[in-house]
Amino acid sequence: MNAHVSSRADDGPLLRVSSVSKSYGARTGCEDVSFELWPGEVLAVVGESGSGKTTLLNCISSRLLPTSGSVSYRMRDQTWRELYRMSEAERRFLMRTDWGFVHQNPADGLRMTVSAGANVGERLMAIGDRHYGNIRSTAIDWLGRVEIDADRIDDEPRAFSGGMRQRLQIARNLVTSPRLVFMDEPTGGLDVSVQARLLDLLRGLVADLGLAAIVVTHDLAVARLLSHRMMVMKDGRVIETGLTDRVLDDPREAYTQLLVSSILQV
Amino acid sequence: MATPLVVSEVAKGFVMHLRGGLKLPVVEDVSFSLKAGKCAVLGGPSGAGKSSILKMLYGNYGVDAGQIIVQHRGTLVDLARAAPRVVLAVRRETIGYVSQFLRTVPRVSALDVVAEPLTAAGGDRDAARDRAAALLERLNLPKTLWSLPPATFSGGEQQRVNIARGFITDHPILLLDEPTASLDAVNRQVVIDLIAEKKQAGVALLGIFHDQDVREAVADMVIDVTSFAPKRVAA
Amino acid sequence: MSDIATYNFAYLDEQTKRMIRRAILKGIAIPGYQVPFASREMPMPYGWGTGGVQVTASIIGPDDVLKVIDQGADDTTNAVSIRAFFRKVADVETTTDTTKATIIQTRHRIPEQPLVDGQTLVYQVPIPEPLRFLEPRETETRKMHALEEYGLMHVKLYEDIARNGHIATTYAYPVKVEGRYVMDPSPTPKFDNPKMHMSAALQLFGAGREQRIYAIPPYTKVVSLDFEDHPFEVQTFDRPCALCGAEQVYLDEVILDDRGGRMFVCSDTDFCEKRREAGHVGELGMAMEDVR
Repeated sequence: MNAHVSSRADDGPLLRVSSVSKSYGARTGCEDVSFELWPGEVLAVVGESGSGKTTLLNCISSRLLPTSGSVSYRMRDQTWRELYRMSEAERRFLMRTDWGFVHQNPADGLRMTVSAGANVGERLMAIGDRHYGNIRSTAIDWLGRVEIDADRIDDEPRAFSGGMRQRLQIARNLVTSPRLVFMDEPTGGLDVSVQARLLDLLRGLVADLGLAAIVVTHDLAVARLLSHRMMVMKDGRVIETGLTDRVLDDPREAYTQLLVSSILQV
Repeated sequence: MATPLVVSEVAKGFVMHLRGGLKLPVVEDVSFSLKAGKCAVLGGPSGAGKSSILKMLYGNYGVDAGQIIVQHRGTLVDLARAAPRVVLAVRRETIGYVSQFLRTVPRVSALDVVAEPLTAAGGDRDAARDRAAALLERLNLPKTLWSLPPATFSGGEQQRVNIARGFITDHPILLLDEPTASLDAVNRQVVIDLIAEKKQAGVALLGIFHDQDVREAVADMVIDVTSFAPKRVAA
Repeated sequence: MSDIATYNFAYLDEQTKRMIRRAILKGIAIPGYQVPFASREMPMPYGWGTGGVQVTASIIGPDDVLKVIDQGADDTTNAVSIRAFFRKVADVETTTDTTKATIIQTRHRIPEQPLVDGQTLVYQVPIPEPLRFLEPRETETRKMHALEEYGLMHVKLYEDIARNGHIATTYAYPVKVEGRYVMDPSPTPKFDNPKMHMSAALQLFGAGREQRIYAIPPYTKVVSLDFEDHPFEVQTFDRPCALCGAEQVYLDEVILDDRGGRMFVCSDTDFCEKRREAGHVGELGMAMEDVR
């Protein structure tokens, strides 16, 4: 499966972010951010809270209209579309087919009062799948891939632990084989051991499926484990960018050095 | 393919912003090239910048000046300026690296850690595992450990997993950062044999070896890193 | 008549009727779309059909003949009072005979007697939004209707099958109107859903508390949602009406005593009476002549 990764990576970028800025009145959310993301590439956006990383994530995932700048995406039919020139219907369709969004709090990304199976199946039904048996067997397959026992398929996520909920949210997003997934602190709020399992699972899925991903995190260990590339943000601006291990092992900017030196060594 | 990697006039220093912007020049005017089928060794006392040079060649450290030209997919790439995506492709296909320490990944078995560079480059999973098993066997890692994540292994065991992972690929260039540091004599000899096989296969190797015996056994040429010492020391 | 001299014809003032008629016309123009309207206080509590009464009051004229049913019956409190209300405030003729009525206001049934051109069926609706149970945000459900994002409706049916092995929703069963809007047919039994499809009558829906009006014009496609491997099915009853012997009609269970005795009879009382008048007799029924 990995064979696709290297060949597809030569097809050109999947996402182009050009000079995206977002201000809230006089306050700056993020300013003049530009980058490209290629198929199969995982980009970590790091910085402390208030650095603008979540604002940026929302701007490029169609959840928040930028004040200026543009976000373009190469659709499955290879045409480039500017996100905020698409109709809302098209954007929402993109969000539930070719894109995924993993929220920090699983309750924000799941329907807590319907079963795990329906949570996974919802995207399939949204794109017109009308065969109950097929939807259910796809859901069972995906629960297995995120290490949830098939006999939990009819349980509501309310009955799940935090780690299970997060894995369910991931399955719910990946069921339509998206090419791009946004993750907002995907391991935040989980116990360390649960975090490790989730990270490993994510790492495997991202590699196997050749997913492109943008992961917002304040945890440099998460960035090291999941991402190929890193962007460090401070006060709404990108202050350093590069290969993940280069940024972490040879940080150039004062703020990046501070971040890296603040990691607790165990 | 006789000279797959050429380093010219490379300089590297650190600016320690947390210590008032203290400038620490490490090396400058680093120039050498690697020959296919030969093993070059970086020589010099510790702190001379041997490891930094290796890390720049792998894209792990930034480069302040100069060029690192590598033959990658039939074209020449300057690693000192290459985009992260290109550096990753070079790592996947052209330059291998055996670090001093294994960076462990939770829940991935030793066998899969070793096989991963092959599968990541698109290789068949089973074939990769077979090759990984053969290497671990040669390096005398007990079979009982193969299916376990290496996080809890001893230093020597981890190092052997790391070596196997580095040697499993057919990269035309291989960087070795003290691969024998925590090995016993038997396994040191295995590494010497592995290096000889790589040379035989036309791989260009560059290594740092603390161990005099190993160095003498594998080195075709020694690059004296002290000659790259910065001329002006910053105030 | 002096005691109602202060009331306008059909209780509502003319401005209010105009406003409601506009909503109705918009609803007819966009079949299945919920049109917001400024629901008025009515002299009855919410849940007693304030939405239906406002719709009826806005369309009724002096020549109309009104029938009101509650769960199919003409003789329950709610039906009797609404009939009395319109007799009083509009001075119109009322009937229990489906064929004679020009307007039929209903709570949760569609008459068994097929409706014909010129008749109007007014439904009393408690919760008009079919997506509400899974999506609490009104802003979001409106957007979902606007963008025709109806996957959630199938999530509800999926849950039904997952929990019960079949689609267990038996009333308020969601339908798609004219291939566009998904609509809640009010808590009518799904048994009645096929009657909505290509009906000759105009169907109007009024939700007083929720302030929504929607409509199905005559001869409109109304399709019940389902899965390919779990197709829509109406309830079937394993016996005929105990009084009139009718089959393929919707039956109510009637408890006869405190020893478990019960019988199943037509929910549509007018339909049942007419059959008995025509001489049909069920297992527990008596011929009409004998009753008289």
